[in-house]
Amino acid sequence: MMFLRYAIYRFITMLLTLWVVSILIFVIINLPPGDYLSNQIAELRATGQAEGVAKAEFLRTEYALDRPIWEQYLIWVGMAPGPQGWYGLIQGNFGWSFEFDRPVSEVVGDALWLTVLVNLAAVLFVYLVALPLGVIAAARSETWVDYTAAFVGYLGLATPNFLLALILFYYGNKYFDLPIGGLMSPEYEGEPMSWDKVKSILVHLIVPTFVIGTSGAAAMMQRLRANMLDELSKPYVETARAKGLGPAKLLAKYPLRMAFNPFVADIGNLLPAMVSGSVLVSVVLGLQTIGPSLLTALKSQDQFLAGFVLMFVALLTLIGTMISDLLLVLLDPRIRYGARGS
Amino acid sequence: MSTPLLDVRNLSIGFGTADPVVRDVSFSVMPGETLALVGESGSGKTITCRSVLRILPDAARISGGEINFDCKGTQIDLLTLPERGMRRIRGNQIAMIFQEPMRSLSPLHRLGDQVSEVLRLHRDMPMREARRTVLETFERVGFPDPGRVWQSYPFEMSGGMRQRAMIAMAMVARPELLIADEPTTALDVTTQAQVLGLIKDLQKDTGMAVILVTHDLGVVANMAESVVVMNKGRVMERGPADVVLGAPAHGYTQKLFAAAPMIPEVAAPARAAPHDDLILDMRKVTKTYTMRAGGWSAPKVVTACHRVDLELQRGKTLAVVGESGSGKTTCARIALGAELPDRGSEVLFRAAADSKPLRVDAMSQSERVAFQRQAQMVFQDPYSSLSPRMRIQQALTEPMEIHNIGSRKDRREKAAEMLRWVGLDPSMLSRYPHAFSGGQRQRLSIARALTLDPVLLVCDEPTSALDVSVQEQILTLLEDIRDGMGLSYLFISHDLAVVARIADEVAVMRQGVVVEQAPPDTLFYNPRHPYTRALIAAQPEPDLNRPIDLSLVARGAGSPSTWPEAYRFEGVDAPALTELEPGHKVRCHV
Repeated sequence: MMFLRYAIYRFITMLLTLWVVSILIFVIINLPPGDYLSNQIAELRATGQAEGVAKAEFLRTEYALDRPIWEQYLIWVGMAPGPQGWYGLIQGNFGWSFEFDRPVSEVVGDALWLTVLVNLAAVLFVYLVALPLGVIAAARSETWVDYTAAFVGYLGLATPNFLLALILFYYGNKYFDLPIGGLMSPEYEGEPMSWDKVKSILVHLIVPTFVIGTSGAAAMMQRLRANMLDELSKPYVETARAKGLGPAKLLAKYPLRMAFNPFVADIGNLLPAMVSGSVLVSVVLGLQTIGPSLLTALKSQDQFLAGFVLMFVALLTLIGTMISDLLLVLLDPRIRYGARGS
Repeated sequence: MSTPLLDVRNLSIGFGTADPVVRDVSFSVMPGETLALVGESGSGKTITCRSVLRILPDAARISGGEINFDCKGTQIDLLTLPERGMRRIRGNQIAMIFQEPMRSLSPLHRLGDQVSEVLRLHRDMPMREARRTVLETFERVGFPDPGRVWQSYPFEMSGGMRQRAMIAMAMVARPELLIADEPTTALDVTTQAQVLGLIKDLQKDTGMAVILVTHDLGVVANMAESVVVMNKGRVMERGPADVVLGAPAHGYTQKLFAAAPMIPEVAAPARAAPHDDLILDMRKVTKTYTMRAGGWSAPKVVTACHRVDLELQRGKTLAVVGESGSGKTTCARIALGAELPDRGSEVLFRAAADSKPLRVDAMSQSERVAFQRQAQMVFQDPYSSLSPRMRIQQALTEPMEIHNIGSRKDRREKAAEMLRWVGLDPSMLSRYPHAFSGGQRQRLSIARALTLDPVLLVCDEPTSALDVSVQEQILTLLEDIRDGMGLSYLFISHDLAVVARIADEVAVMRQGVVVEQAPPDTLFYNPRHPYTRALIAAQPEPDLNRPIDLSLVARGAGSPSTWPEAYRFEGVDAPALTELEPGHKVRCHV
């Protein structure tokens, strides 16, 4: 019951945060002088294409870009009626991309879900790799196991992602016949979901997951190792030894449980780092995620597209933090009871 | 003569290539016997007892000796037993309880889970039966509601309750030998008395042997049948308790005895102390904290101290005594202006007899700076109160730099002078704190407090982190300085025996209120309040003929709502502090 209450409370605070974030995003996008259309109109005027100017002027009024910024914001979010009535983010209208001359929802389309997929795969990779390596490195600290894990980890941290991507593509293709670039074979693009398409996507995911995940995994592993080492020297570990517990069970039941908190708390931080960190990788690897669209949108001041992508990343982050907060409450009774105020 | 249960022979343990920390130690424990392993920090007593279970730090190497354990008639050498066999002994035949109940239990697992784990490991018991056995044990160690304890997490309990849970965990498999490593050092004195009583009772029931590791001769006198005194890794003296305690033969044991603080036997009450020249006058000091809880829960108000009146006569020592959570440290912080009391409180400070009183609870910035020169503090933990990155000279001259006193040379000379005052050599000025022992560090922090020539010194448990023999020296030093420099002390302590020698007046605090106040002799001659009586009764004395009277402890150590009618109260709604005889105030209904 108490957990449910906390979950609702946490969800409401998340919505409030999202709202504040939306204001920030809108203000920052509008900080540079001018907007996409005024830039375009100026360019058209300079080259003397009058008919284009009329269309752009029409779009300006259609999307309310001629109004004051706070009004633009309210219309964008859907908290005030615009030229098309109450029709903003809240109502499910993501806006118009001027750069691609299509609705944002169409531009982003599948990329949204592929982004989620790639990043979830990477997060999973981070946890699956970091958990066992971190624990082993701590349990066998200052032995060759520890040093090797640290060496591989730092290598992963220090190598630029796109370089790693190129190397992996080359050798992956040469020795394992892995595909190069993209998230699926070209023949499946735009096709409905099928078993073969899923298989193609999975094979294409291997290298991107590895590339995006390595640095995160290396950092996470070192953090887990440090936490574990702290916990291992605490008296309750000694108590467990004095009880007669075997080493493996002892490690898993006591210090690992304690060292798990920061590990879980990182879920929220991991997501945005990966989404923004994977922009460059997506460009290099030719992944159809929203990373490349964000880059183009920001360059050309395509404000609705950029705004939507940023909102999407913010939403992922907030959901990640919410999940980790809720998990922490479930995992750690001290937090649970602290929240109850006893 | 029967065979001993545990026989340690010529045990030597070292770290790396350094000199061994335990050298050639031998002792034996008979079935059902209590053996006390006594020594100060660094004596090797903890390492020795841990080597029995082989739970030493990784770097420790056992370089020689044997530990024979009588396992149902067969002798096993615990030092050569394979790890798997050792695991069957740990928690099963030999169990251990540790010093810090706060940190020795996992905070993430329910107590039921942690205690029943022992049975599941060693007895292969199904959950139902394990649960029943554990609940019985919980009841046996004095939990009124075992079912609730099973469900509880350690952080929901007080220190004494956690130590009971630890004892339950150690006892649940009915071991033949219990190793208790300073089991009561981290506990309040009344709780200590109850926990010691519990261990004794359990021992009577089960016939197990106990190795009690302690630094406190009072605890030894109350518990042990035989004693091993250790110093610097060697056994100094060994024998039956009555012989070792009655007529210590070794010089080191005699020294320990001389240093052990005792509550004196008093023949007559003291005369009332004069209160005509107050350097510090705290009136109706109340401090409440509002704990903001997360989420939607309502904030909680905690009262740290409630309408406390303390008067410190110039040149004298006023001791505030109480258990953890009694509000004594809050009072000290308020006296120094480090914390602001609630409205309605008043704290007055008179730097000299004829100077205008300063309201410490409402100082301006410039008044505060001037006040800090006159009132200084000595902290409890000498290890963390000196910056490890500052040379002693820097640490001692920094206060003068902050207050712009003297030239560089003056400050250096003053620092050297202060070092001589506290009995250290001025040539030590260029060293770092890590080069000093605990006692020397406490001397340094006293020297630092003195560099500004204060008139008031607040000492917050200045000796409770130190060994008894060092404690003795620091108390003597504090007395010399007080009389030599004409200082006044507000002395915070949990230990009546320490206070007995240094204080001119004692205020006993409990749950934020002063329950009894008198000169120490009056207090010890005629303690009136049940809580004061409990504190005095709970003090373990290194004298076999004065065992702890647990019934006296039980009467006064509970919450104020369980006290005898004349003293009883609930919450902060306490009766008034009444002067029963000149200079002797007791909080009671009259």
